[in-house]
Amino acid sequence: MKIDRRSFISLGVGVVAGTTLSPVPWKLMDDISIWTQNWPWTPAPKGGADSYKTSVCTLCPGGCGIQVRKIMDRAVKIDGLPEHPINQGKLCPLGLSGLQFLYGPSRVKSPMKRTGKRGEGKWQEISWDEAISAVTKKLKELREKDKPHSVAWVSGADKGTIPQLIGRFLTAYGSPNFIRPPSVHDAYELSAYLMQGQEGSVAFDIENSDHVLSFGTGMLQGWGSPVRMLNIYGEKRDSKKIVQIESRLSDTAAKADQWVPIKPGTEGALALGIAHVMIKESLYKKSFINKSAFGFEDWTDDNGTRHIGFKTLVLKDYDPEIVAEITSVPKSTIEKLARRFARANRPIAISGRGEGLLPGSLDECMAVHALNALVGNINKPGGVSVTSEPDYAKWPEVNIDKTASRGMQQPRIDGAGGSKYPNARYLLHRLPEVINDTKGESPVQALFVSEANPLYTLPDTKATKAAFDRIPFLVSFSSFMDETALYSDYILPNHIYLERYEDVPKPAGMVQPVIGLAKPVVKPVYNTRHVGDVVLQMAKSLGSFIEKAFPWKDYRAYLKTVFKDHWDQLEDKGFTEVKASEDKPWANRFNTATGKFEFYPSARKHPSKKDKDKDILPGFSPVPIEGKPDAYPLVLMPYDSIRLTSGNIGNPPFMTKTIDDTVLKDQTMFVEINPKTARKMGFFEGDRAVVTTPKGRAEVRLHLFDGIEPGVIAMPKGFGHTAYSKYLAGKGANFNSLIGPITDPMSGLNTAWGIRAKIVTA
Amino acid sequence: MNTNDQQHPVSDTASPETGDAPEKRKNGSGWIILLFFVIGFIGSLLGGWLVFPELLYSEKQQPIDFDHELHMAQVYEGCQSCHYFRKDGSFSGIPDLYSCSGCHQYPMGTNPEEEKFIEQYVRPNKEVPWLVYSKQPDCVFFSHAAHVKGADMECRTCHGNMAQSNHSRPYQENRLTGYSRDIWGYNIARLGKPKYGLRMKMNDCADCHERETGHKGACFQCHQ
Repeated sequence: MKIDRRSFISLGVGVVAGTTLSPVPWKLMDDISIWTQNWPWTPAPKGGADSYKTSVCTLCPGGCGIQVRKIMDRAVKIDGLPEHPINQGKLCPLGLSGLQFLYGPSRVKSPMKRTGKRGEGKWQEISWDEAISAVTKKLKELREKDKPHSVAWVSGADKGTIPQLIGRFLTAYGSPNFIRPPSVHDAYELSAYLMQGQEGSVAFDIENSDHVLSFGTGMLQGWGSPVRMLNIYGEKRDSKKIVQIESRLSDTAAKADQWVPIKPGTEGALALGIAHVMIKESLYKKSFINKSAFGFEDWTDDNGTRHIGFKTLVLKDYDPEIVAEITSVPKSTIEKLARRFARANRPIAISGRGEGLLPGSLDECMAVHALNALVGNINKPGGVSVTSEPDYAKWPEVNIDKTASRGMQQPRIDGAGGSKYPNARYLLHRLPEVINDTKGESPVQALFVSEANPLYTLPDTKATKAAFDRIPFLVSFSSFMDETALYSDYILPNHIYLERYEDVPKPAGMVQPVIGLAKPVVKPVYNTRHVGDVVLQMAKSLGSFIEKAFPWKDYRAYLKTVFKDHWDQLEDKGFTEVKASEDKPWANRFNTATGKFEFYPSARKHPSKKDKDKDILPGFSPVPIEGKPDAYPLVLMPYDSIRLTSGNIGNPPFMTKTIDDTVLKDQTMFVEINPKTARKMGFFEGDRAVVTTPKGRAEVRLHLFDGIEPGVIAMPKGFGHTAYSKYLAGKGANFNSLIGPITDPMSGLNTAWGIRAKIVTA
Repeated sequence: MNTNDQQHPVSDTASPETGDAPEKRKNGSGWIILLFFVIGFIGSLLGGWLVFPELLYSEKQQPIDFDHELHMAQVYEGCQSCHYFRKDGSFSGIPDLYSCSGCHQYPMGTNPEEEKFIEQYVRPNKEVPWLVYSKQPDCVFFSHAAHVKGADMECRTCHGNMAQSNHSRPYQENRLTGYSRDIWGYNIARLGKPKYGLRMKMNDCADCHERETGHKGACFQCHQ
């Protein structure tokens, strides 16, 4: 009897055989596979009762109604609200990605005080009391120094009660410097004011129009209310012809009935060329022109001075042959465009580039608007009308003291409404220039920024940063760690739109006077506070008459008093129609000096004060772009995409995922170039290159694209973030860092649609 | 040379067979090897069939000992009084604290378990961490509505006759997966009739579906 190695091998074989015939391996295999599904880092949403809350999306000014599906306390899905008149149940990719803003990593989680250098990202969390008292201490200090006007507030919007609350706060405090970022609606509204004498927002009744002549408007790239436009394209497309005049084959151009490629920056000339054909061939609406227009024919003023009219100017200077040369659009095309436009039943002409963040040339806007007048389709269904703002926000009178009154009488820092730019309301793009050009102390001693990200969106990032460096006190109210927040001294984070109350005024371009109410659909996720409440608390902390100007407990209480009868409907349905004083916008009368539509806008003030007829009438002068052609042989233009946000809201990861790999690959973005230009320069598809402009440089790759004119290169807007989170920062380059502003000498608006550039191999 | 060459390998191979093996057998070492094999075989069979199931599961008690029969006598709509369908058709499962505290804000009887419930959960407004015997992994999609409303099945078919239970039975938790032993079944070989209600592994679903509908169903019906 001997136990040896073999006995143990035999035991092992026995164990293996026995185990195989036992449930151990089979049961464990099953259990282990289930165990792997329950690793703690595997996301598994909690179950529970579901509910829906209605609200309004405020990620863009589109004003879409949304319904948010919740499981217990957590929001799990955002959909369009079926009964909402703007979006009728549909929603854009940004709106659908909304929850990534709510739960994403770029939120500012509590009030913060900067501890490192500006932009370094070193913060100390502070309490709300500390934050508000730090800000009001600075405000008190500036008032004591008799400098309330050195405070400026950049607010993302100027309509709605929150911006108005901020405006009122500034008035009571003594600063005229409420500034809103620019948009194409500045140009629309200014044109309408000058030519029609009407103040309010310009509405394009595209739904009921049968012919849309768009001068580069990105109708499918985020212009106006994006979902409204998508609906028009999706459901009402057959009833209308859409002509897109644009130098690049954009999404809008690709989906149009006709794409007219044009030399960039010459759109205004084409509009006048079309006007020429309409007048020459007598295709304009004589009943409207004869009865309701002024300045069409030549005229003599009270002093006996002879003035030329629009007709003379256009017939003399904008013959299709000349225009064909300027625009590179063939003469026959210009004539066809004019005839089709004139013969349509309800034609609309729209100006504005891309999504509409650039106001552009006032002359161009007026020239295009003149086409609407030539077909008499103004203040009519299926035409262009001016709708006055619903006046639901009623404010009691503010009694201000002498310091505040002196402050309010100071000229605005951005120069809007002053002697140089009397017609402009806000000129944010001029702010860096004004600050950088001032010797000694900066005219802005404290800058407040809410729902805006000027350090990213303003042209010439370098100059903007230099200007911000000279502002001693920077406060951001951003919900996200955006570029401006990262550069501030204090961040007082606002609730995001899913956590706060806010009225949403009628979106730009819409006819229906829909007012929405954004409501908290979830409890605030972090230690944030409604900016409206913070303003009220700041007023309270400043005390005396400023406090008295805000007699409400909190923002919601104020909002409730504003909407009175509408409140229940707003709370319940999420929207209501608050009518302005008149029911039909098209019943409005022209409110100009002559009581007519003015081709010759008598209210247009010219800075040279010579008031030459040609400067007053809508004409065409090439909008200059920066850079010398010999050093920079190419022209760089931006383009917008519905899949890429370029404003103050950073692109959410869901949307970044949808971007083609000919637009962004890994961390590098593509610049579009015509194959002919590329071949001439020796470039191939996907080549790495460096784009240099007079303002900056960017490393890119090249995408050969037949849809762009030779000699022009195009770059998407919305990349090149340096803040937010790792899901957005470091992808591509910011177009705004490659371009500088160009101020329209007449209106003060920014007209820089492009810049000269060169590309070299990287 | 030739014969020698052929003989050598023959005698080499023959020697262990003819010489050594009978020697070992005589020593009884072959029996020992067999014995060890049998020990290993039988031991692991016993371990696998009898000990392993006991080791795999730990036994836990429900936070509150719940009397279903007592509650059934108090409510009007049977099981659905507490285990109801929500408006969207989803099934509420075990009632939350809010539902319970509708009646149990204050003690209704003298049961110490009720007192414990009010003391430990209702007052501090804390959800009861019930252990769910029929909880499935997150990747399993199961619709109560399709079975109860669509196929008109009774709760007891799958969950056993809960209505007559007076005490919460111990919850046997799989130490690896965390799920209840009810899912696999109490018989480790999954033979015989299940002890409580029905077993709830995938094959159990498929068997019933095949019996009742003639088809086992497709993967994506449950794995959504």
